[in-house]
Amino acid sequence: MIAPTGITRVTLLKDLRLEWRSKDAINSMLFFSLLVVVVFSFSFDPTAEESRQIAGGLIWVAFLFAAVVALNQTWAREIRNQVLDAYRISPAPANSLFMAKTLGNFIFVSVLEALMTPLFIMFYRLRSLGPAWQLLLIAVLGTWALVVNGTFFAAMSLRTRSREIMLPLLLFPISIPALLAMVQATADILNGEGARFWIVLLATYDLVFTTVCLLLFETVLNAE
Amino acid sequence: MKRVFPILSVLTATLLIYALYQALVVAPTEQTMGDVQRIFYYHVPSAWTAFILFFVNFGASILYLIKRRPAADMVALVSAEVGVVFLLVNLVTGPIWARPVWGIWWTWDWRLTSTLVTWLIYVSYLMLRRFSSGGQTPTLAAALAVLGALCIPFVYFSIWFFRTQHPQPVIGGDGSIDPRMMHALLINWLAFVCFAFMVCWSRYRLEKLQRDVNQAYAMASLLAPHGSARR
Repeated sequence: MIAPTGITRVTLLKDLRLEWRSKDAINSMLFFSLLVVVVFSFSFDPTAEESRQIAGGLIWVAFLFAAVVALNQTWAREIRNQVLDAYRISPAPANSLFMAKTLGNFIFVSVLEALMTPLFIMFYRLRSLGPAWQLLLIAVLGTWALVVNGTFFAAMSLRTRSREIMLPLLLFPISIPALLAMVQATADILNGEGARFWIVLLATYDLVFTTVCLLLFETVLNAE
Repeated sequence: MKRVFPILSVLTATLLIYALYQALVVAPTEQTMGDVQRIFYYHVPSAWTAFILFFVNFGASILYLIKRRPAADMVALVSAEVGVVFLLVNLVTGPIWARPVWGIWWTWDWRLTSTLVTWLIYVSYLMLRRFSSGGQTPTLAAALAVLGALCIPFVYFSIWFFRTQHPQPVIGGDGSIDPRMMHALLINWLAFVCFAFMVCWSRYRLEKLQRDVNQAYAMASLLAPHGSARR
């Protein structure tokens, strides 16, 4: 079950290098989430108090939508030139590939979050009343929850017709508990309340779904 | 085998009629809500039946992932389809009851929300089955079924906690239930389970037939002389 780290590292570095040269995923995600922020600002004009209540939802929905953009590209480049087929016949374990892709997406979405969060704080005049360092923990756990399922479902929707539509249809319903936990934890901390329950729930969710995705990924990759 | 199906169908129909009689005539009228409460005898059993079917879907999907039997895949497909319909009955009868009793069609109470999310998860399962093609469908669907089933405890737990923090209008205290009401409820549940089983069975036969036909077509086009293969 444990994937050799060498293959994971090589694949991850390859993806990072490709992204560094093209900047496809990060550019489209950044622009997309910027659009979401602007569009949201038309639907309401919140005061500082109100924006503390809704900011958690806003931020995470924007990141979720933006992450789908990157996730859809995850496997697309492996389809060209039959790279994925080559990978399947190679003796490299499927889970190393999965971990590499998940880590890659995790890095892309984290970079997006690091760049977008200051903008959010500025636009919506946010000021946390609770311990702000916990937001970092929520960001890590929440991003992992999105990308681990997202990478898995992207590999799944690769096999379907109209695959770009299929990914959100599969990802969103299953992500609802994680999304709820992220949104509530963020709102609770911004309002100066404890968010321990949500953080524990999110960590459990991450643990369960990472395990199941690793158990099932080889089956999905080799499904014929 | 051929005779079992019609006999069981007649028995199920009789049971459904008896259950309807129990629900509409025998069970006493509820004191405060009046006759509108009787929808409860359809609302609750349909949800319970749907959850049994989703449980069957989960079991069949795991069995498929281990044994790779097409029959397990067909059971998974059929139980998810029928389960989605039964849960839809539950989701539709809920607002019909809620409008006169609560004065609103819908509220984001934890039970309503989690049931809706469960329904969404299984609709996405059926969407995946519809959009993927070829021999990989059963495997992908089985993997999704496992993830979806594991998600349901998280859905219920998180939404329950979410809504207990922020109270919403809920039904007044349960109190005690008249034994005739309980009887009508259980009879209806039994009838619904039998009905669901019969629907699943006939849907299973249909699916089997469809697959046999497809296979026969594929076989015929393989065996046909070159150039004349037609579907």
